Amino acid sequence: MKVIAAILLLVLCAHSAAREAPATAADPALERRVVKLTSELRCLVCQNQSLADSHADLAIDLKNQVRSQMQSGRSDTEIRDYMVARYGDFVLYDPPFKASTLLLWAGPFALLLLGFVGLAVYLRSRRRRLPDAELPPADSARAEALLRGGSASEPQ
Amino acid sequence: MKRFLPLGIFLVLAVFLAAGLGLNPREVPSPLIDKAAPAFRLPQLQEPGKSLGTDDLKGRVWILNVWASWCVACLEEHPILVEFSKQNVLPMYGLNYKDRREDALKWLGEHGNPYTLSVEDSDGRVGIDYGVYGVPETYVIDRNGIIRYKRIGPVTVPILKEKILPLVRQLQG
Repeated sequence: MKVIAAILLLVLCAHSAAREAPATAADPALERRVVKLTSELRCLVCQNQSLADSHADLAIDLKNQVRSQMQSGRSDTEIRDYMVARYGDFVLYDPPFKASTLLLWAGPFALLLLGFVGLAVYLRSRRRRLPDAELPPADSARAEALLRGGSASEPQ
Repeated sequence: MKRFLPLGIFLVLAVFLAAGLGLNPREVPSPLIDKAAPAFRLPQLQEPGKSLGTDDLKGRVWILNVWASWCVACLEEHPILVEFSKQNVLPMYGLNYKDRREDALKWLGEHGNPYTLSVEDSDGRVGIDYGVYGVPETYVIDRNGIIRYKRIGPVTVPILKEKILPLVRQLQG
């Protein structure tokens, strides 16, 4: 009985210690902007996560950086430029279209085009390989009989 | 001829995959190369009353090495830096990144101090300006305060001998 009471007490204590997480910012609208922008930025420490997702030390610093810059009235574009100036286009999940990213953006379309060209070449060559074959006279007579609705004699 | 087409496609794919595997995704090309080193003025680690700023270093070729006592990879390059500092080729400044002073001083005491001076970047703001994301990082900065080289991760002997030293000689020359 004592044991049960102790466990109950412990559980109750644990419950009272678990409080709601404090709001991350006094201003929810600002926080939404922070989350929106940082989810477009890559965390360089854990490269498959966005800054918003990551709990790496640097990601937290950078999120604070974004928040304080927003508080001082800088626009999203300005903050994005700030990040690119330091970490390069690599921080952007949506890289800009320029000479160094030409292959990235145009590559898939070039491959698609190449695929169409290949398909066209293949179809053309196949048509050449399969000339309109003439049916043997016996077969065409049978086909005609079938089309007329008569029962064709089955040459077994 | 036709029989070898799948083999050809396979080889092309294999070459691309092999090249992709050989790349290091952590080595992000820094946009800071050939740009002015971001200015800073920070308290010195050993003498917090004094500071050091980038403008004190104008007219000199210098190395900025980002380190921390909590950084495991720093231990890998540290003996190389200590050895290199004995040659007195150029001043090497340490940026003690997001560290505690007592830990940093203890670490230098244990492993040796290759730095002309170290400065404290306790909140990591200067680190962000330098685009630091993987300590250790090493920058070579020329007389005009332009970043000429950046190494992300530990400096190795081949990198020091084949990349950093020739560049430094050329910049000093």
